[in-house]
Parts: sequence; C-alpha cells; structure tokens
Amino acid sequence: MAMAAQRQGGWWLLILPAFLLMTAFYVTPILQVLAISFTEPQPGLQNYERLFTSESVQRVIVTTLRICTITTVLALLLGYVLSYKIALADERARRWWILAVLVPLWISVLVRAFAWVTLLRRQGLVNETLMGAGLIQEPLALVWNEFGIIVGMVHYMVPYAVLPMLASMREIDPRLLAAARGLGAPRGTVFFRVFLPLSLPGLIAAGVLVFIFSLGFYITPAILGGGKTLMVAEWIGLQILDLIRWGLGTMMATMLVVTILVTLAIFSRVVNLRRVFGSGA
Amino acid sequence: MDGAHRPGRFATVSAWTVAIYLVLPITIILPVSMTDQRFLSLPKEALSLRHYATVLGSAEWLGSIVQSFWIALASTLLAVVAGTLCAIGCWRISRRSTDLIRGLMLLPIIIPSIVYAVGLYRYFARLGLLDSFLGVVIAHGVTGIPYVVITVATALAAFDPRLEQAARGMGASLGQTLRWVILPRIAPGIASGAIFAFIHSWDELVIVLFIASRDVFTLPRRIWDGINENLDPAMAAVAVLLVVFTVLLLLLDMALRRRRDAA
Repeated sequence: MAMAAQRQGGWWLLILPAFLLMTAFYVTPILQVLAISFTEPQPGLQNYERLFTSESVQRVIVTTLRICTITTVLALLLGYVLSYKIALADERARRWWILAVLVPLWISVLVRAFAWVTLLRRQGLVNETLMGAGLIQEPLALVWNEFGIIVGMVHYMVPYAVLPMLASMREIDPRLLAAARGLGAPRGTVFFRVFLPLSLPGLIAAGVLVFIFSLGFYITPAILGGGKTLMVAEWIGLQILDLIRWGLGTMMATMLVVTILVTLAIFSRVVNLRRVFGSGA
Repeated sequence: MDGAHRPGRFATVSAWTVAIYLVLPITIILPVSMTDQRFLSLPKEALSLRHYATVLGSAEWLGSIVQSFWIALASTLLAVVAGTLCAIGCWRISRRSTDLIRGLMLLPIIIPSIVYAVGLYRYFARLGLLDSFLGVVIAHGVTGIPYVVITVATALAAFDPRLEQAARGMGASLGQTLRWVILPRIAPGIASGAIFAFIHSWDELVIVLFIASRDVFTLPRRIWDGINENLDPAMAAVAVLLVVFTVLLLLLDMALRRRRDAA
C-alpha cells in the first residue's frame, strides 16, 4: 500500500509545477479582479448597482449581446455550409478544405483586422472598386461601425464554428445517407430528415463556443469599431486604463466571467472543449 | 455512381463562397504590401519592395521582432515543460481530481484575456514585474499551457499504458520511464503543443497592452500602434511577413503529424 501511494506521489509531483504556476500567476490575478469589484471604491455592492441604474453600462451590455448574437448566427450558418462540404468530401479534397479553415484560425488576429481595414475603409479596395464600376457615387460606411465589427468577428469565428461541427458530422455514418437516397428520398429530405438532426449536437456546441468567445473579444471590435461602437472588453479596458475606475471595470469583468462559466456549465454535456481543440489542433 | 451521398450544387457553391470569404481578405495584403504608392493601395504602375526595405531597415521594427521572438521562445519553454509534465501526471493518475486539474489548465482558453490582463496589471505592479521581460514570459507561458496540455493529452490517449507498467515493473524509476518510454512516444504531440504555444505568444496583444509599455514593446504591440496611428503600406509588409512565418510553422506541424501518423 505504502509503495503504491509513494508511486502515485511521484506522478503527482509532475502535476505540481503547472499547478503552482497556474495558481500563482493565473488564478490569483483573476480572483483579485473579482475581489476588487466588491471593494473599490468602497466595500459593498455599489458597482453592481450600476447594472440597474447606469444607462451607459446597460448600453454596452445590450450592444455586446446584440453583436455576439448576430455573429454567432452568421458564423454558424457559414460554418455549417463549410463543414457539410468538408464532411462529405473525399480524403484528398478534405485535407485542402481543412487547411482553408485552419490557416485563418492561426493567422494573427491583428493581421486579419488590418486586412479588413484595408478592404473596407472609405478609400479602401471595396469602395474604390464599387465607385470605379459606377455602382455607387459616395463611398459606403463599411468599417468603424457595427457592420465592420460583425464582418471581422464572423471572419474570426467561422473556423471555431467549423471544428466542433465537423467533428460531429464525421461521426455520422455515410451509409445512413446512402441508404436514405437508395430508398428514394430526394436530396433535400436526406439533409433535413437525416443529416441535420444527427449534426445537431455539433451545431449546439459550436454555437456555445462561438458565443462565449465573442463575448470577451477585444482586438477586432477595437480596430474595426473605431472607438464608436463599444463592446464589453473594450469598455473594461477604457475604465481601467483611461478612466482609472477599477471598481466599475472589474465589476464588468466579473459579469463577463460569470456569464461565460454559467453558459458553459449549462451546456457542459454537449461541449467538450478538449475534443473541440483536439480535433483541430 | 458509388452510392455515396455528395453535397448538391447549392451546398458546393456556398461552401466555396465561405472559403473565399475566409481566405481572400488575408491574401489581399500581399499585393498591397508591394504597392509602388506611398499610401495603402494596390500597385498602380509597378511592384515594389521598398516597404519591405523600410521595415527590415528600421531599428524599431527589428527590435520588436527580436524581442517578440525571445519572449515567445522562453514562454514556449515554460509552457512545454509545465504542460507536458502535467498532462502525463493527469493521464497516469486519471481520477476525478485530475479531471478537475485538466479543467483548470483550460481556463486561459475560456476566460477572455481582457479579464486576465486587468488582473495581471494590478498583480504585477505589486511584484515589480510590469514592463519586464520576465513578466511577459510568465504571462505568455501560463496562458500557453492549455495548448500543450491538449496536444500532449491527445498524444497520450493513443499510448498503451501497459508499456509504462512494464517499464516500472522491470524496475525502471519514474525518471527513467519518463525519459526512455513515455517522452519518445509522445514527442510529436509535444512538438505540436510547442508550435501552438509559440504562435500564441508571438501573436498575443491584449495582455501586453496592459503589462508592458516602453521597455517591452513586442511586434503585435507595434502593429497595433501602427494600425491606430498611421496606416501605411509598411504595415502590410509586416503583416505579410507575419503570415508567412505562421504558415511555415503550421506546415512544420503538418509535416510532424504526417511522420507520426506514418510511424
């Protein structure tokens, strides 16, 4: 017994460095954020009162929820189409399709935001092309507003939507689809009655993932929103760095973390984070 | 006809459209970076490499590139050592408590970096780690651990635990078992984890915005300032260099994977 315990002890030692690092340099700073939201400027719940009394706080929350919902719906739609094609492609083609998903996933978010600015700004390539073709007289406002944020965020989120959906679609037995076709079901029926229901768990997992990732997004909204449309993350940064209102900033940060963890807890049965990343990474 | 169900024309066209939406905007930076103009635009008369020359001849840009590289290297080392050992420990013990620990290790992926950055700003101020190389390495290393834990755990799932038991049974110490039995088997998984941890640090901006200011000025930080202050084609040149570098790392990862799958 003692021997067995000692052996186990050795394995526990392996976990120790990561555990200590994580506790000292990750969990503690985060807990501190939660604590500050209750203690500054004075101890109490006055920061949380602002959720109900401050119009600017409410506006930020509503804007964030609206943008995240639109982003999630669009990313799911685009991601679903892509996953469907990839899941049913043959081995060789599939590799190229997956590359088209993975390369954008790993390319710097800054580079991608910069590319969108280049395309969408007033003298950008899209506006110049449209004006050159005589389709519009005045440049369209495509960026530094909510539209620009959504274009950039959906672009960022589609790969994250594809990975869980693809994992679940690849578990669908292709013989089921062939059988349905063989029994005379038209293509649409096969899709809506067989494929779609079977891919639903992946769809839900992708939705949860994209939504919680969108909630805390900082860089893309900051660059493509141009400071006019504020989402939660940028608003928190503003409170801390520019306005030095720690209480308010950390209150919102706490709300953000709580919302994300509660959402994950609710959907923990369908969302297996490790599998999501294990399949794509 | 082989009877397999294939996507219809509508699905195929839509999938191509989405793929183009994903890839095309990124490729646009290549022609823009080679413009002969002084402002952000497509080349008008000739292709020019002068914006690349501007970047590669600038002490500021080069300084940031070098600094980012060392930070990424050091934090990758930290993440790989801690993450690999942790994944092995969790895999071998495999109880409810280790499931919790694995969950804990995933937190940096789930919790938005803005929350961590705000917390760290306060925390590091007290420890005197603000705007220091060490501070950024710790922050990037800790947030890089999840990538390593995930890839190593995936590699371990395919590893037969009886090999380890056999080694221990024949009297190998824990260190010997690790060194000669486990690590060689999961080396490709560790390499993947290292590549992703490196990319994570190399691209990371939000944390750096809060905990670094003058002495530590990484490449993403300089790009961020560039986008916010002056949009010139030199930015596109930097972006292209960054994309090339990331794609090279991903290709390396794919090659490693193919070797592992073939083995």
